Amino acid sequence: MNYETVIGLEVHAELKTKTKIYCGCSTEFGGEVNTHTCPICVGFPGVLPVLNKQVVEYAIKAGLATNCNITPVGKQDRKNYFYPDLPKAYQTSQYDLPICVGGYVEIETEDGPKKIRLTRIHIEEDAGKLLHDFGEGTLVDYNRGGVPLIEIVSEPDLRSSQEAHTFLEQLKAILEYTDVSDCKMQEGSLRCDVNVSVRPEGATEFGIRTEMKNVNSFRAAVRAIEYESKRQIAVLENGDEVTQETRRWDEASGKSVPMRSKEDAQDYRYFPEPDLVNIVIDDEWVARVRETLPELPQARIKRYIADLGLTDYDAGLIASNKKLAVLFEETVALGAKPKAVSNWILGDVSRILNERDIELDESKLTPQALASLIELIEKGTISNNAGKKVLPDIFDGCDDVTKLVEEKGLVQISDDSALMEIVTQVLADNEKSVNDYKGGNERAIGFLVGQCMKASKGKGNPQKFNELLKQNLG
Amino acid sequence: MEINIEYIANLARLDNPSTTEEANKLRKDMTEIIGMVDKMSEVDTTGVEPTNHAAPMQNVFRKDELKPSFARDEMLANAPESVAGCYSVPSAVEDA
Amino acid sequence: MELYTKTAHELHKMLVDKDVTSVEITESFIDRINEVEPKVDAFIATTFETALETASKADEKIQKGEEISALEGLPMALKDNMSTKGVATTSASKMLENYVPPYDATVVKILKENNIPILGKTNMDEFAMGSSTETSYFKKTKNPYDLQRIPGGSSGGSAASVSANEAVFALGSDTGGSIRQPASCCGVVGLKPTYGTVSRFGLFAFASSLDQIGPFAKDVTDAANIFNLISGHDSFDSTSINMEYPDYTSSLKADVKGLKIGVPQEFLGDGINVEVKNAILKACDNYKALGAEVETFSLPLTDYFIPIYYVICCAEASSNLARYDGVKYGYRADKFSDLTDLYKKTRSQGFGAEVKRRIMLGTYVLSSGYYDAYYKKAQQMRTIIRNNFADAFKKYDLILTPTAPTTAFKMGEKIDDPVQMYLADICTVVVNIAGLPGMSMPCGVDSEGLPIGMQLIGNSFAEPTIFRAGFAFEQAGFSKIPLPTFKNGGAN
Repeated sequence: MNYETVIGLEVHAELKTKTKIYCGCSTEFGGEVNTHTCPICVGFPGVLPVLNKQVVEYAIKAGLATNCNITPVGKQDRKNYFYPDLPKAYQTSQYDLPICVGGYVEIETEDGPKKIRLTRIHIEEDAGKLLHDFGEGTLVDYNRGGVPLIEIVSEPDLRSSQEAHTFLEQLKAILEYTDVSDCKMQEGSLRCDVNVSVRPEGATEFGIRTEMKNVNSFRAAVRAIEYESKRQIAVLENGDEVTQETRRWDEASGKSVPMRSKEDAQDYRYFPEPDLVNIVIDDEWVARVRETLPELPQARIKRYIADLGLTDYDAGLIASNKKLAVLFEETVALGAKPKAVSNWILGDVSRILNERDIELDESKLTPQALASLIELIEKGTISNNAGKKVLPDIFDGCDDVTKLVEEKGLVQISDDSALMEIVTQVLADNEKSVNDYKGGNERAIGFLVGQCMKASKGKGNPQKFNELLKQNLG
Repeated sequence: MEINIEYIANLARLDNPSTTEEANKLRKDMTEIIGMVDKMSEVDTTGVEPTNHAAPMQNVFRKDELKPSFARDEMLANAPESVAGCYSVPSAVEDA
Repeated sequence: MELYTKTAHELHKMLVDKDVTSVEITESFIDRINEVEPKVDAFIATTFETALETASKADEKIQKGEEISALEGLPMALKDNMSTKGVATTSASKMLENYVPPYDATVVKILKENNIPILGKTNMDEFAMGSSTETSYFKKTKNPYDLQRIPGGSSGGSAASVSANEAVFALGSDTGGSIRQPASCCGVVGLKPTYGTVSRFGLFAFASSLDQIGPFAKDVTDAANIFNLISGHDSFDSTSINMEYPDYTSSLKADVKGLKIGVPQEFLGDGINVEVKNAILKACDNYKALGAEVETFSLPLTDYFIPIYYVICCAEASSNLARYDGVKYGYRADKFSDLTDLYKKTRSQGFGAEVKRRIMLGTYVLSSGYYDAYYKKAQQMRTIIRNNFADAFKKYDLILTPTAPTTAFKMGEKIDDPVQMYLADICTVVVNIAGLPGMSMPCGVDSEGLPIGMQLIGNSFAEPTIFRAGFAFEQAGFSKIPLPTFKNGGAN
C-alpha cells in the first residue's frame, strides 16, 4: 500500500527583544550561567510579571506577515507542569485567545504554489536550560528562562519532508525580514516540534499522530519526518496501531524515542493568568504595525525575476535569506549587474560561508567591496580567477579592492604593446610549437598562451594573448 | 463522586497518603469540600462571561528596557543545592 | 499612660512636638513585646535591632527639623508573607523556614522609605490558608482577649500584635477575610482595600485575583493614614490601579447624615451567632441615631459565596504554590530516589495538611474535564455577583454586615473540620470575589467579653465612604470596647 505523510509544525522563535518577557533581564545569548536572572524570572515567592510591550508588537508583526487575523482581546494563561527548567512550575502562554489566528504561508512546490495554513501564533516564555554533562545530576541555568517566544502552529497541511523544509525556510525568511527573530538555529532561537501521521493514499481521515520534540535544525526536521513516517508505516504494515505520544528526536542516532517525562504531562490545567491583564489590540495599533512591515520574500522573488532578470531558482535562493538579499540589493544599487551579483552570492560567497560555517553578518564582506570586485572583473582589470582569490581577504575586512589586487599583483596587463613584447619573445623561444601550429596542430596555441602567461607572471589577459598569438602566426 | 486522589496527587506532585487512615481522611475531606462546591451547579450561568480579574484592566506593559540582573551568588544563596553557578537537581536526562 | 497604648496619630503628634523620640517609642514597644509575647505568640521573628536603627533615622530627621510623614518613626508589625530583603520570610511554612529573600516587597520599600521601624514578622496561617492562625508551622498565636481562643486568621499574628499593643499598627493580607476576620476577633480595625489599590509585588501569593494587602490599626484615623501610605500605583504589579489616589484622611468627617446603608438580611440569619446578630442590629440603630438611613435588603446567591471562593482560591493556589519544589529555594527533602520523588517528598514534607488539601482541591478543579464545571463556573458566578453588588450600590452607599458569624472560637475547635472552618469566612469572602473594599471595626463584645466586629463594605474605590462611616461610629463612642485582658493564660 502507498501511504501519505501528514505533517504539522509548531515553530518556536525567540523574539529579538532586549529584555525578557516579564522582567528587565537581558535576553542575550551566551552569558555566564545564571547571570541574566532576577527574582522575577526565577519565580521567587511574591514576584509578579509585567508584559514587555515589544513582545506584543513583534507577535502582531509576525502575524501580519503571515496573513493572520489579530485577536482584538487576547489573554495569557498558565500552563502548569513540573520540570526543573520551569521555575514557577507553570509556563505563561496563551491558551484560547492567542494574539494571531488563521494565517498562511505560501510555499513553492513541484506542483506550483501552495498555501500552508497557520492555526495560530501565540506568545509565551522560554524555559531555562538543563545541563547534563556534569556528573550524575542535572544543572539548571535560568538565563534563557523568560526569554520571549512566539509559537507558530501550522495546520496539518504539509505532505512531505521537502514541503516541511521549504515551509521552514520560508517562515525563517519572514521572521528575519520582519526582524522579529534572529532565527539562529545553533543558538536555539528557532526550534520546532514536528507532528507526523501517515494514512493510506486517498484516505480522508487523518492517522494517529505523534509529536516529536528536540528537533533543532531544518535538516533534523527533514530526517525526523522521514524516520517517523517510515516507523509509523512499519507499525501499520505490521497490523498494529500507532500510539499517540510525544517522542524525542535523537539527532545522533537518527531515531525518535518516546519521552518518559511527557507521559503524564497532558493535563496542563490551563487557566487565565490572574497576574496579567487582557491584551487589547485595536485597529489603530494593527495599522501602525502594518506600516512597519518590510517587503516579504514572496514579493521579493517576483521582483527579482521581473525587474532584475534573475532565474526563478536564483531569485528564490536569494530572497529566502534576508542577509543575502540585503547584500544582493545593496550591491546592485551600487551599479553592479544583478546577474553577476547573484552568481557571486550564490557561488563563491555562499561557498566561503559554508566552509567557514558562519552567517553573512559574521563576515566583513560589504556591498561596496563586492561591487568594486565585480566592476574590476567586468573592466578586465583582473581575471575572474583573481577575483576568487581575493574574496577571502574581502571576507576578512579588506575594503579597498583595487588596492588589494594591486598589492597582490593580480592586475592584468591589458596594454597591447607590453603584451606584444612578451608574445614576440615567446614565439622566438618556442620554434617547435610555432611550427607545430603552422603544421596544423591547433592545440599548440594553448601551450604558447601558457608560456605567455608564465612570462607575464600570470598578469596578462589570456584572451588577449590568444588573439595576439593568432595574429602573429596568421 | 469518586475523586481519583492518586491521579490528582501526582499532578500536584504530592505523595499519596502513606497510611490508609490518612488516605481516608483526605478522601473524606475532599469529598466533603467538593460536595460543598458542587452547589454551584444549581445556578444557571449559560452565556455569562467569566471574570478572570477582580479589577477590569487591560494593556499593562513595560518598555523593553534593560535592568540590571541580580548577582548570581545572591540568587543562589537560597538554593538547597548548587553546583558551578547552577541549581542542581537529580538527573532529568531523557533516556535516548 | 504608656507610649505603646497610644494610636499612631497621637504618637505622630508627640514626635512632631518633640515630646518623645522614635527610639523611645520603639523601645516602649520592644519592652511590651518582651512582656506579653510569651502569652500571645504574635511574632515568628522579631527584628528589634534594625527597628531601632530605623527609629534613629527618623529621629535624626526630626532633629534636623525636617518634616516627617504621618507614620514615620512609628513601629509596626509585618505579616510574614511580605518579602523583606535579608530577613527570613516564611509564610509560616516549613517550606520556607530558612528562606531569606533577596528583595523587598513594594510595601516594605514604602515602609523603609518612610523610616517606619519594623518590629518583626508576624505569625499567620501557613501560606495564609486558614481562619485561626492554627495552621502555622511555627506556633499558635493566642487571642489577647482570651488566650485559649484563636486570634482569627490568617493574619492572626498581625491582629493580635496590634490588639496586645505590641505594635502601633500592622500589615496583613486578605484573600477571603484574612485581615477583617482576625481584626474582628481581636477588637481592632482592619481594612481590606479595593483590589489593585495596594501593590501585591512581594506578597507571597495565595490566590492572585483575591489577595490584597491592608492595615490593622487601633482606630479608623490610623487605618486611613496607613492606607494613604501603602496605596498607589506600582509598575511592578500589572493589576495595580493607575489612578489619582486621594488623601484618605480628608474623608475623616464624623458625619453620616443621609448616608444610605444596606444590611443584607442573609447575613443576619441562622448561621450567625445571636450575640453577633444583636450587636449588628445595635450598630444599625446607632447609625440611624447618627442620621444615616439603614435598611435591610436581600443579597442574592449568598449560599454560593463559599463554594465560589474555595474553587477560585484553591485553583490559583495550586498553581501559585507549585514553585515550591525544592529546586531554587526553601525546603528540600533529605532522601529521594529521583527527580519526581524529590518534588513529591519535598512538597509533602514541606507543606502542612491544610495547604496540601487546598492544592489537591485546586488541582482537581483545574484538571482535565472539570475546568468548566468548577473554575469557569466560579468565574462566571463571580460576574453575576459583581453585577449584584453593582445593583446594590445603586441603592446604598455602604453595606453593613457582621465580619464573622461568631466571636473568636476556641483553639482546636474547628481545625479538623475544614468545611466548618471555611464557614468562618462566610461574611468576608464575597468582598474579595467582587474586588471591593471592606473594613472591620469593633462594635461591641459578647457575654464573654470577646470583641464583635462589624464589616463596612463599599463600592470599588469607596474607601473614603468607609472611613467616614467608621470615623463617625468611632467618634460617637460606639466602637469603644474594653482592652484585652489576657485571660485564661497558662491553661494550654
